[in-house]
Amino acid sequence: MNCREFVDFLMDYLDEVLPRRQRSTFEAHIDECPSCGTYLETYEETVRLGRQICSDPEGPVPEDVPEGLVEAILAARRATN
Amino acid sequence: MSDPSIEADRDEAPLIARLRRGEDAAFEELIRAYGGRLLAVARRFLPVEEDARDAVQDAFLSAFRAIESFQGQARLSTWLHRIVVNAALMKLRSRSRKPEVLIEDLLPDFLEDGHMASPAVEWRKPADDPVERSQLRALVLDSIHRLPEAHRNVLILRDIEELDTEETAEILGTSANAVKTRLHRARQALRGLLEPQLRKGPE
Repeated sequence: MNCREFVDFLMDYLDEVLPRRQRSTFEAHIDECPSCGTYLETYEETVRLGRQICSDPEGPVPEDVPEGLVEAILAARRATN
Repeated sequence: MSDPSIEADRDEAPLIARLRRGEDAAFEELIRAYGGRLLAVARRFLPVEEDARDAVQDAFLSAFRAIESFQGQARLSTWLHRIVVNAALMKLRSRSRKPEVLIEDLLPDFLEDGHMASPAVEWRKPADDPVERSQLRALVLDSIHRLPEAHRNVLILRDIEELDTEETAEILGTSANAVKTRLHRARQALRGLLEPQLRKGPE
């Protein structure tokens, strides 16, 4: 397996849908290619950072809806009724 | 032990009944209860605040029209989430398109023999303080908005809104395979955009 194939198979590997034989070839490549090992780690970190955007307890908590928006929606509802 | 989701559904039933009767106060209550959350979702798709608010308004108007057909199989929050995602995507489609970077330009380069053209480098561990975490969140969101739209939408729906592949395919009107391919490419592109900022500096 070369690096290009490694990257192609990466998501299936993480989703655990890679057939067993390909899985061991994939893992053997990690052992022989430190760059791909790092690529795998930073790819996973990328996914984790995306998920954190809305799960971080200190992140932007859903604040109250702006008053102007409440009024605008109610007015639009009256206009369409 | 009682199932908390059933408990919550029971709590929602009176509000749904009042919405169906067309009570003005019930509409306002719904907006105040869910508007903030829906606005946060819309902002992830639409960085321009006015667009995000328009999408939320469109979403509530659609929800008011469809409340009769709301069967209560889903939680109100899940149902509204789906509606605001659709409204945000509609808004995106209606806007004039900006020139976009090609996804291929954001993917890693390989040499003819299949090796990476430049080896991947390790990233530093983010410091555990609120200021850095908030800067990091802003960096990630900003980088997501630099992805081409078709890839960005898949990444937001799958990795941030955490819909599954089939739901994402249905909302975007595409196949599950296309969702998987785009998600993998979007993650690689996002990784590439984050790398210059997050790579370990010289020790």
